[in-house]
Amino acid sequence: MSDVAGSAVGAVAPVAVHSVFRPWWPGVASTAAWAVAAAVTGLLPDHVRAPAGRPLVEYEVVIAILSALSVLIGQAGWFAPLAYHGRRIAVLGGAVAVWEIVTAKTGWLPLPFFPSPQAVLDVYRVDSGRLAQSVFSSLLILVPGFLLGAVTGFLAGLAMGWSPEARYWGHPVIRLLGPLPAIAWLPIALFVFPTISTASIFLIALATAFPVAVLTASGVTLVDSRLYDVGRTLGASEGFLIRTIVIPATLPHVFVGLFMGLGASFIVLIVAEMLGAKAGLGWYLQWAQGWAAYANLYAALAVMSVLFSGVTMALFAVRRRALRWNRETVEW
Amino acid sequence: MVTASVASATSAGGLAGASVQVRAVSHAFGDAGQALPVLDDVTFDVPAGETVALLGPSGCGKSTLLRLIAGLSVPQAGRIGVDLVRVVGPDPSRLLVFQDPLLLPWRTVEANVAYGLEARKIGDGQERVRQALRMVGLAAFAAAYPHELSGGMAQRAAFARVLVNHPRVLLLDEPFGKLDSLTRMTMQEELLALARRHAFTTILVTHDVEEALLLATRVLVFSPRPARIILDVDNGLPFPRLRDDPAFIARRREILIALGHGEEFAR
Repeated sequence: MSDVAGSAVGAVAPVAVHSVFRPWWPGVASTAAWAVAAAVTGLLPDHVRAPAGRPLVEYEVVIAILSALSVLIGQAGWFAPLAYHGRRIAVLGGAVAVWEIVTAKTGWLPLPFFPSPQAVLDVYRVDSGRLAQSVFSSLLILVPGFLLGAVTGFLAGLAMGWSPEARYWGHPVIRLLGPLPAIAWLPIALFVFPTISTASIFLIALATAFPVAVLTASGVTLVDSRLYDVGRTLGASEGFLIRTIVIPATLPHVFVGLFMGLGASFIVLIVAEMLGAKAGLGWYLQWAQGWAAYANLYAALAVMSVLFSGVTMALFAVRRRALRWNRETVEW
Repeated sequence: MVTASVASATSAGGLAGASVQVRAVSHAFGDAGQALPVLDDVTFDVPAGETVALLGPSGCGKSTLLRLIAGLSVPQAGRIGVDLVRVVGPDPSRLLVFQDPLLLPWRTVEANVAYGLEARKIGDGQERVRQALRMVGLAAFAAAYPHELSGGMAQRAAFARVLVNHPRVLLLDEPFGKLDSLTRMTMQEELLALARRHAFTTILVTHDVEEALLLATRVLVFSPRPARIILDVDNGLPFPRLRDDPAFIARRREILIALGHGEEFAR
């Protein structure tokens, strides 16, 4: 067996990739794009004064060199992720070069609305403390609000799916109040709750609870009733049926509700922070706009996108673990 | 196949089959205004340890009768008893196997089989689960999830989930109906062996005449809905039964004619 494998490798070796150099085009394009971006940034004269700190050109050169190495050395091992994203990185390099030209080098796009890439990058050097504080402050509202809403919505949905009495009373509430955007309650929440944070937590819980309750309730009604026959004949009590059949069968729907609720939570979080808070990412956007510090605004948007994307990925990781048994698990 | 472990499972099971009484049972679906009668004055007895097949056109009400015996619904008229005690609800001594395996997809095969023991808080059931899995030849798949099993394997797991509870009455609702013909034959033989070894009472709903004659000691033939018994065949053929035995062929002919199928098929 090992002899056969050895000879097979021997036979293939002369025509292996290294003997005939076939360039890896995405890597070549990426090298070129980032080299152009670096040249534009470093060599052309500035129209707008560049900020202090580590110059953008250094990052551009590093990416160009890494791209060149991936072409020369190959796309395995450490370079595998670079290889997978190769074409995206190439396009990004081109976009940075264009952005650089139309802002820092020519000023075609007007300031202060369109800052240069180096100005946005510099925000992370100058204002990282305040950004970190804002992220922390936002999470302190988002996480408890979302968890509270998830638990409440799940329990309400379970009750509505299982008990006709709960459905009778829950249905009109869901039908009439569900379509109201949670943020519309802000004026009321602001005087009902002692602080803007608790009001925001409540609104996020509300925004999460409705979709979770609706999806959970419909998930319960979709359970194959023959499974209950199986469970009841095998000696299951009602509580045991709920725990071992209703809840696991409903979980795929619950996660759809959680995903929808999370999206609604982001909206509520940012709007509530923009309207009333003194901290958080929504407040940061508002503050940056007030000072016409648009570089800070773009920098905060980028942080927000990474943060929200990360939170969503965390939800999907939990889902993947909880639904291991499910063959048809959609990735996000 | 017959090993010491299987023999000990039998002795551990202990309980023999129970007798089943169905007396003047009538049942209908729907409201009083628009009732759809499904069972019309059905009466029969199954002695302990016997296998009775309920045969009839599909949709005639055989499955409803099984649900009533299982205690999942209450008959509107007549009474159903097990060992002359009236059936008032489901009980793990009377267990159903359906046409679909109906395994819980979020549980491994092992955890599916353990379900009944867990529901009744019977501790330390692991050895019983292992025995049941060995009995149906699934010992190697204990940790698999249902979606990883073939149709025949999933149905074996469904049998194991029932057998682990040492039922006294086995209610089978076309249990081999969705299997390919070779798997079906294998599992029919295995069911026969299990039923004879464990002496549980079996009520088998089927619309396969040959299956009924191969497995049952008695075959009850039902009319189209509302179901009533139109033929009662005492099937005392010795085992192993052969499909080309003249007595077997004569009985099949008799049943097919009762079901309204003409001479050309019944030959």
